[in-house]
Amino acid sequence: MSFDAVAQQPKLLYLLQGVAAFAAVVSLILLALHRGPVRRRAAALLLLAPALLLLTVGILLPGLRTLALSFTDSGGDTWAGFDNYVWMFTDHGALVALRNTLAWVVLVPPASTVVGLLYAAAVARSRFRTFALSLLLTPMAISFVGAGVVWKFVYAYRPTGAGQIGLLNQLVVAFGGEPRQWLVDSPSNVLFLIVAMVWTQAGFAAVLLAGAIRGVPAELTEAARLDGASSGQIFLRITLPSIRPTLLVVLLAQAIGTFKAFDIVKTVTGGQFDTGVIAHEMYDQAFRYGETGRGAALAVLLFLLVTPFVAHQVRARRRAG
Amino acid sequence: MNGVRERLASRALTSVAVVIAILWTTPTLGLLLSSLRPEEEIKTTGWWTVFGAPHLTLDNYGEVLSGGANGSGRLAEHFVNSVVITLPSVLFPLVLAFFAAYALAWIDFRGRDALVVGIFALQVVPLQMALVPLLKLFSQGWLFLPAWHLTGPARFGQVWFAHTVFALPFAVFLLHNFLASLPRDLIEAARVDGASHGTLLLRIVLPLARPALVGFAVIQFVWVWNDLLVALTLSGGTAETAPMTVRLASLAGTYGNEWQRLTAGAFVAALLPLLVFFALRRHFARGLLAGSVKG
Repeated sequence: MSFDAVAQQPKLLYLLQGVAAFAAVVSLILLALHRGPVRRRAAALLLLAPALLLLTVGILLPGLRTLALSFTDSGGDTWAGFDNYVWMFTDHGALVALRNTLAWVVLVPPASTVVGLLYAAAVARSRFRTFALSLLLTPMAISFVGAGVVWKFVYAYRPTGAGQIGLLNQLVVAFGGEPRQWLVDSPSNVLFLIVAMVWTQAGFAAVLLAGAIRGVPAELTEAARLDGASSGQIFLRITLPSIRPTLLVVLLAQAIGTFKAFDIVKTVTGGQFDTGVIAHEMYDQAFRYGETGRGAALAVLLFLLVTPFVAHQVRARRRAG
Repeated sequence: MNGVRERLASRALTSVAVVIAILWTTPTLGLLLSSLRPEEEIKTTGWWTVFGAPHLTLDNYGEVLSGGANGSGRLAEHFVNSVVITLPSVLFPLVLAFFAAYALAWIDFRGRDALVVGIFALQVVPLQMALVPLLKLFSQGWLFLPAWHLTGPARFGQVWFAHTVFALPFAVFLLHNFLASLPRDLIEAARVDGASHGTLLLRIVLPLARPALVGFAVIQFVWVWNDLLVALTLSGGTAETAPMTVRLASLAGTYGNEWQRLTAGAFVAALLPLLVFFALRRHFARGLLAGSVKG
């Protein structure tokens, strides 16, 4: 089947209609604002109404409904008490997802921050800074799904004797080892997915930390250098304390992103071989198995886990400026 | 003595950075080279052998875009879907959040502070908290809200809605912080001259807010283009409406060994975000921080 340009027309027409309808609403609002001196309250209401309506219908009410659904059975109509929460902490698959999420959140933020920090320290004052940082940021632009494909290929397996096509097994074979099915053997396969996540996140850390390192006043480091401090001492005693607010922001941001990680697991293993995480398990329960109550309960768990990190993050970001 | 040790330390750090750079680019390079190799070779030999006997072709790209006997290509259709999904999903929240942020920053009314806190607080709600009820709402209606009963291309509307809604809290947060920091004198002077809120909004605040608006647009573009979760749950999953990420993820699952399609497909999907990324790198980095708690 080849690409059928005519078949695309209804989509583009729908796109035009959607944008035109939106433009009409926006014009009405602006027109009302222009018509003479509208009272302050009326003007505010006019400007806020679309956003408030969408937030209510799209986040607030659905969020409350998910909370209610987490206390119902698979169909979402019959009250089930705390069954779903009990299930979450007793079922093998759910427990594996909880364990894996814990491993992700404990490992991904520190690992990507350390890589990002080392890299940032090396390139922050170099002429090639922009280029060097771009190299590390590229994985972020190619999406988690793309990153999943990249790493699935790195971990590709061919039996002993056959030519390896995956980079990791090629390295193992080159050093005289036996090729392994990296993504199948549990629990180490979780670590190999975590490597893929760190790969997508380190650039973010490097960019923000390089910015912070450049913001450290040169007088401070120069004065220390004149006093005979080595560059290692300067980094530990002056640079690190100065960029601490940014370090915190980076770590928290990555923890939040890691809790919600879904795409990499979905793309690389589909949650098989005990590699599931909460966000992925939630998707499977709610949308593949039709277990509405369990899916909702996992969503609530995710919300409860993320909330303290986000609250902390908003505060930390204000301090980091 | 000290100088020697200093130079060694600095050289060690540089080597670490070079090693990191190599580790971070090699996997992508391998995928890129593979996407240019004939199917037979991808499946039998490693991409590193290409340096010995270069034999490159664009066949995989043609195949994945529109070829494939079993309909396993067709990425061109999904590319159109990605475009149709992304444009409104960037435009709608951009405009609505700008309106809301302006009202919250520059119009004095009772209850404003509570509203600011309330909207900001919605940033903590993960996408997962809303997906099931949204799907139910679209198909069955809920409370006083009617069902949408969308079919065919109209399903794009569901995706636009979800992306718009989930961008709003952080977009309002980002734009409000920016607008509130604009010089008060400027706005007051225009008010005294009798400018209405409409004039102020369009003629004075809009041009000043450009950097923040571009920053949001860039990060929202990359976010929506690369999204998988909303697309999987709300786009319907068919070639008619699903974006490229859905197609690619399903290729990775169903045709896990069809590397000729996967490798080329990954780069087709990454093309636009990479272009945007390299053209607007500065905004991208700034937007990343702003969007780090989103969805």
